Amino acid sequence: MQLNGNALCYGDNVDTDVIIPARYLNTSDPKELASHCMEDIDPDFLQKVKPGDIIVAGSNFGCGSSREHAPLAIKTAGISCVVAKSFARIFYRNAINIGLPIIVCDGQFANGDALTVDLAAGTLQNQTTGESYAFPPFPEFLQKIITAGGLMNAMAGGDIA
Amino acid sequence: MPMTMTQKILAAHCGRETLAAGEMILADTDLVLGNDITSPVAINEFRKAGCDCVFDGGKIALVMDHFTPNKDIKAAEQTKKVREFANEKNIPNFFDVGDMGVEHALLPERGMVTAGDLVIGADSHTCTYGALGAFSSGVGSTDMAAAMAYGKVWLRVPSAIQVRLTGKLRKHVSGKDVILHLIRLIGVDGALYESLEFTGDGVAALTMDDRLCICNMAIEAGGKNGIFPVDEQTLAFLSEAGANPPRVFAADADAAYSRVIDIDLSALESVVAFPHLPENGKTFAEFGDVPIDQVVVGSCTNGRISDLREAAEILKGRKVAKGVRALIIPATQKIWLQAVKEGLMEIFVAAGCAVSTPTCGPCLGGHMGILAKGERCVATTNRNFVGRMGDPQSEVYLASPAVAAASAVLGKIANPGMLD
Ligand code: SF4
Repeated sequence: MQLNGNALCYGDNVDTDVIIPARYLNTSDPKELASHCMEDIDPDFLQKVKPGDIIVAGSNFGCGSSREHAPLAIKTAGISCVVAKSFARIFYRNAINIGLPIIVCDGQFANGDALTVDLAAGTLQNQTTGESYAFPPFPEFLQKIITAGGLMNAMAGGDIA
Repeated sequence: MPMTMTQKILAAHCGRETLAAGEMILADTDLVLGNDITSPVAINEFRKAGCDCVFDGGKIALVMDHFTPNKDIKAAEQTKKVREFANEKNIPNFFDVGDMGVEHALLPERGMVTAGDLVIGADSHTCTYGALGAFSSGVGSTDMAAAMAYGKVWLRVPSAIQVRLTGKLRKHVSGKDVILHLIRLIGVDGALYESLEFTGDGVAALTMDDRLCICNMAIEAGGKNGIFPVDEQTLAFLSEAGANPPRVFAADADAAYSRVIDIDLSALESVVAFPHLPENGKTFAEFGDVPIDQVVVGSCTNGRISDLREAAEILKGRKVAKGVRALIIPATQKIWLQAVKEGLMEIFVAAGCAVSTPTCGPCLGGHMGILAKGERCVATTNRNFVGRMGDPQSEVYLASPAVAAASAVLGKIANPGMLD
């Protein structure tokens, strides 16, 4: 699968409190959550984001709370993929479980760079700078969850028994 | 192959003799936890997947603690959804207003976790129960849904950092200072995907409340779990709580650790984590006057009886500084009642504190003590991220109950020594 979008860049330790502040967690409606996505770190996020855009961040992206509302808000806001130097562990598993592609990559990116991600090939191209990066494939076990379309399907199908 | 304590518990829950770091496993769960924020999302997933029955109603705990007593109509709808699910699926351990408490204080107190258990919870601070010699870790709502349906969770077997403790804490220095010191040393991603295994002679000198507080914040170092060896104190705690008979696992003497960190407890001082990361710890020699607007003593980190005793000892016969709002939030009903019996509530009210029913409340910026733009709070909670307790331009300083209480009296960040 190929994903195309422009980069929206953030720093290290982007936590779940800024991705979706707790004051909005009195709902589990994905659309309502998405309407407050990244509000406390980037008030203009919703104006800027176009369907398919890619969040690029530093290390420990998604640290903090276990709230699945965070990857859900990001996915529903139209983000096709999150690229980071590293992910906090609960965000990582939540993204896999709900089918939000995440990529561990340490590259050079600036806001607005045009990116192309090939998940199957494990490549990320920065069309703006001409740089190209390879990222490691997911372990086979996780690949099965992703292929099944998320954890609930994988469990129902006995894919990871 | 030698294994860490965590690896041994995981092996026992997936029918394996040995496990190595990095392996992916599907493990059996002894307890699955959710709260009023994460359970509704899990229930959505459970129903969407067409699941009907839960794997074992007795091994699920649903605790309504974050926005309760319901702070608004939407919060009321969320708890209603969980209440109906609990009724429909015969889940007896549904904790509602009146007998609920902050989940990670409540479950150990109710004997719902024992040594050797594998516990997952759709709440990041589920790592708290490592203090009881259990493997416990925070996961997401879809994980919770899958575990409610199948009684299983996928896990990557973690490597471990060994934290060797020696000595004994000085007066007014507590478990909170130990963990803030450790996070300062290794950073908020210093234990990413790893276990923090605490060992050494110093363990015996730490109370169970200290150990629960330390494991609670393992996630603030990025850790998968924190874990303490099982000793006489643990066994006494479990038996008093009426927990299931413990299964005691111990790390092999030659287990491999990714790194070893030594901490001399007797050398530790009070640590305050400055905004906006728990790794920004400073000792009092490292900062000057920081005036404050609010103090919060409570949460799953420091809302236990020993925390309230510590705060009361300092507030006794003193007054909260003018212009400071001091909130005391006992973490469970049992702790609340104990505080009444010991006369702590009278001390708090006489000092000018507001005492709340158990709730997460301000800890996550939910309700019951939200900060305005530019306001500062000293809190015994565990996170000081941007906007955590209110306006994105407010500030949270993480500290022990002793520091929080002294700060309330002096109206600036202070330690008990500054009161004399
Ligand atoms: S007290 Fe705070 S950290 Fe603990 S469970 Fe509640 S919101 Fe989470």
